[in-house]
Amino acid sequence: MRHKRIDRDTVTAVLLISPSIVALLIFVYGFIFWTLRVSTSKWIGLTPNLEWAGLNNYLGLINDPRFHIDVRNTIIFTLLFVVGCLLLGLVLALLLDQGLRGETFFRSLFLFPMAISFIVTGVVWRWLMNPAGGSRISGLNLLFDSLGLDFLINKWYTTPNWGIAAIAIPAIWQMSGFTMALYLGGLRAIPEELREAARVDGASEYQIYRRIILPLLRPVTLSAMIILGHISLKVFDLIIAIAGKQVALDVPAVYMWTTTFDGLFYGRGAAIGIFLLVTVAVLVIPYLYFTLRQEAEV
Amino acid sequence: MTASYRRVPTRALIYILLLFFSMFYLIPMYVMLVTGFKNFDEVSLRTMWNLPSGLAMENFRAAYQVLAPHLWNSIRLVIPTAMISAMVGSINGYILTKWRFPGVGILFPLILFGMFIPYQSIIIPLVQFMSWLGLAGGIPGLALAHIIYGIPITTLIFRGYYASVPSEMVEAARIDGASLIQTYVSIFLPLSIPAFVVVLIWQFTASWNDFLFAVILTNSSNWPIMVALNNMAGSQIIAWNVQMAGSFLAALPTLIVYIILGRYFLRGLMSGALKG
Repeated sequence: MRHKRIDRDTVTAVLLISPSIVALLIFVYGFIFWTLRVSTSKWIGLTPNLEWAGLNNYLGLINDPRFHIDVRNTIIFTLLFVVGCLLLGLVLALLLDQGLRGETFFRSLFLFPMAISFIVTGVVWRWLMNPAGGSRISGLNLLFDSLGLDFLINKWYTTPNWGIAAIAIPAIWQMSGFTMALYLGGLRAIPEELREAARVDGASEYQIYRRIILPLLRPVTLSAMIILGHISLKVFDLIIAIAGKQVALDVPAVYMWTTTFDGLFYGRGAAIGIFLLVTVAVLVIPYLYFTLRQEAEV
Repeated sequence: MTASYRRVPTRALIYILLLFFSMFYLIPMYVMLVTGFKNFDEVSLRTMWNLPSGLAMENFRAAYQVLAPHLWNSIRLVIPTAMISAMVGSINGYILTKWRFPGVGILFPLILFGMFIPYQSIIIPLVQFMSWLGLAGGIPGLALAHIIYGIPITTLIFRGYYASVPSEMVEAARIDGASLIQTYVSIFLPLSIPAFVVVLIWQFTASWNDFLFAVILTNSSNWPIMVALNNMAGSQIIAWNVQMAGSFLAALPTLIVYIILGRYFLRGLMSGALKG
């Protein structure tokens, strides 16, 4: 009797979970496989054409000056965005961990941009970073001008070659609160006894942070780097909302979009999609592996 | 380390720093609101930092006129998406936590990976597949995409939540003769309200704020709010002040949810980083 019931439950369990599994098999793994197939095809134009092209679409990217701009932009953006979020997030978390009144209020304030769409962020920051000068000066440049901080006035996202650096500012604005929350979680997990013991041994507050707390936060930094890193590889909405599809601010995600849906170069677009997937997978798969293994051990 | 432990100057310095950083986070909100409440005559890029003379509604009204149909589209999208996603996530989470069957160990990482993929790597087949299903262009197809690509995160959140339900309770119910579904309905579902709130907020926010899926899967009459806002911002005809008011209107629903239910929002965020 008992055996029968467990068998029946197993069947129910499988039946209940299969729609999700099938959906993901198709929409994630099947689609990735299909994109891979398209990336090795000669498909240009509105009608699918799966004639074999080998690795030509990938080789084409290697010699494509626009793709070189994309890779350079991604590297600059990722470095600034990740480092900016980590530093700001850590500073905010350390400030908030001092047990002061109003902590909840400030924490909510630093986190609220996470609730907002990259599109909203982009539209507003585009006006804040208005590059116009002279009598048409506005946005942050106008603010700097009236505060006597003229040296800060700049051309933001229209700066030749370095425009992408300006895009990192709204991205940091949006994601640094999240980084703060990760660090704050890490700080709260450090037992108070550890600090007490160090204090008893005569360590100064500075030494406690330098020798005990910061080293213990290293795993948080690593997780944050991976999460932020994979977001920055995928950045798309923010750039579209600030700058449209300018080549100077191009990144692979935007290039994939324009070449596929505006230019109808499906083969090339699929190759860029696969390129993005591989870069993200290199970051994320080891992270998933170690996080889940750790979880299994606990 | 309590407040009394710190000396007053240090404390003052911390507050000054916190206020300074607060300004950085508030600048965009300030500009959106100040500009929104100015009347048309007052609006000028030269005076964009000045406070408005009163609370004019012209900008909001103008923005609302353009965005209203798209706000409605977003509502039609977001409500079914969030509700179906929550049900699906709850069932998956339950089965993956409490019922062991062969292959379950490899299944979860495979589900989870779907959360991190860049959507550019699946968007070409997605568009083809949706046209094949006859769902391209409309809200139902977009909702379906959000529900399916939301499976990893919603499953993860519920799985984390259900892991804390003691196995003894499940065993006891089983010995009492309860089936899989009865155990779910009588034990897990009543305990799940917080997890449901987390997932509903998560999927609400994600599908409200999404741009990539929306712009490719809907035609202009079905555009959700973010596509319409981006389009509005790119147009030469609509003035920047109306764009600011429109941005505020577009951000308002998720902001309200954040202000009221921020705790649950944060929990979703932490799950997204795989930090229980």
